[in-house]
Amino acid sequence: MRKKPSELIMGAATWTAAALTFSVLLFLVGFILVKGVPHIKPSLFALNYNSENVSLMPAMISTVIMTLLSLVIAVPLGVFAAIYLAEYAKRGNKAVLLVRVTTETLSGIPSIVYGLFGMLFFVTFLGWGFSLLAGAFTLSIMILPLIMRSSEEALQAVPDTYREGAFGLGAGKLRTVFRIVLPSAMPGILAGVILSIGRIAGETAALIYTAGTVAQIPENPMQSARTLSVHMYALSSEGLHTGEGYATAVVLLVVVVLINTGSAKLARRIGGKA
Amino acid sequence: MSRVREKLMGAVFLISALASILAVALICVFLFANGLPAVGKIGVFNFLLGKEWSPADTPPVFGIFPMILGSLYVTAGALLIGVPIGILAAIFLARVCPKKLYRVLKPGVELLAGIPSVVYGFFGMAVIIPLSGNSILSASILLGIMILPTIIGIAESALRAVPEQYYEGALALGAGHYRSVFFVMLPAAKSGVLAAVVLGVGRAIGETMAVIMVAGNQARMPVSLFKGVRTLTANIVLEMGYAAELHREALIATGVVLFVFILLINLSFSALKRRVT
Repeated sequence: MRKKPSELIMGAATWTAAALTFSVLLFLVGFILVKGVPHIKPSLFALNYNSENVSLMPAMISTVIMTLLSLVIAVPLGVFAAIYLAEYAKRGNKAVLLVRVTTETLSGIPSIVYGLFGMLFFVTFLGWGFSLLAGAFTLSIMILPLIMRSSEEALQAVPDTYREGAFGLGAGKLRTVFRIVLPSAMPGILAGVILSIGRIAGETAALIYTAGTVAQIPENPMQSARTLSVHMYALSSEGLHTGEGYATAVVLLVVVVLINTGSAKLARRIGGKA
Repeated sequence: MSRVREKLMGAVFLISALASILAVALICVFLFANGLPAVGKIGVFNFLLGKEWSPADTPPVFGIFPMILGSLYVTAGALLIGVPIGILAAIFLARVCPKKLYRVLKPGVELLAGIPSVVYGFFGMAVIIPLSGNSILSASILLGIMILPTIIGIAESALRAVPEQYYEGALALGAGHYRSVFFVMLPAAKSGVLAAVVLGVGRAIGETMAVIMVAGNQARMPVSLFKGVRTLTANIVLEMGYAAELHREALIATGVVLFVFILLINLSFSALKRRVT
């Protein structure tokens, strides 16, 4: 059977678009690897940054601290909020509606606006100065909608029979939530947390004017520090150490790939259960 | 005792849920309180429609019209590139792709979404700038790539949500596979696809670091596709480091304008999403 020419054209268009998208990805990843891997050398991982070694180690350590701080703030808040929305709130409640609208608003706000707010509120108004803490609070607001949404979806995916079973055995609401519902929803919640780690590691615009750009390991949370992404941007705007910039990009790419596989694995585990 | 604890934790959950309301309220209050006075001092029309941005002049001139246009042009360029490719790729993933290939392509698209914007910026500086310079065109190409995963993801799920009978009905009427997908499934998924485009607009207009690295950032009225341009986002990041007094307030006001744009985009996105469900 012969196909009509219009069918062939439309088919070719979809194949081309998909091929184009995928080759951009391959080209981008390949390009960063080719440019960056030759610059990965032991001196890049020295504990102290100076203009000789352009070490990314302090930035890496700051990224880890920044991630932990942001998660410590955002995860309990986001999960508790999700518990309220999924387990406690009554349908059509006005407050719930407002929470949903504001959460959606938060997820659409660009990171530079978060950066401005963080600068005005945490850095200036609360007087924290450029600091890890100001950066972490700014980022925790940024990832809050992501954690809330993934946790709420995970909680809603837990079958009602679990809850009924727990109630039937005499458990109270709180015990049911913490002992039965929350553990079953854990993979979904973790997948959201992992995605937020990716957003934190990749964030730049929200951090430049909240956490600042100091390239050393911070001694306490009130000191300024730069994460890997900010480090990359600083290197590119200085224009002197682009090679080290690419090497940093390789490290970031590895982090992103690990995060994506991790969250996909977790997501598949929930998919298998339901 | 346990009743007290139930009540207490219930309150804790409720308060946590209210945190996002508090966050939005704080963001609005602090942005507007710090940005609007500058708009008052400069004058609404001079600020929004002024064609010159010269903070170093005496007296300084703060007109952000070049940056508003810059953001709009770059976003429009990104849509011209990202929307057709994104929708076609979404069609491919939803209706054409063999299962085995899908298992490679889908994570690929997700990876594209996870790559940090500075990495895109480095890529743009090294690969796109040699071809088209620091220009509107370069920024559009880079942003077009960056919004692809957003558009593909949402458009794909919109296409998957269309009932299978639509496709079968079209086939039964004698349409070919692609004709059924393009002229029956795609129109049926219209709202979802439009929502994907709107979200892409939001990403493109809010993108900062990657744009700074390829757009040239000249604060003047855009002159040509091949010349540099500065966006609202770039204006904030580039000058906030050393700005003081009215200049600083004018930069915050730039953020307010961006914020209002984003709120409008969000509103239309949620309106579209409500139409889908």
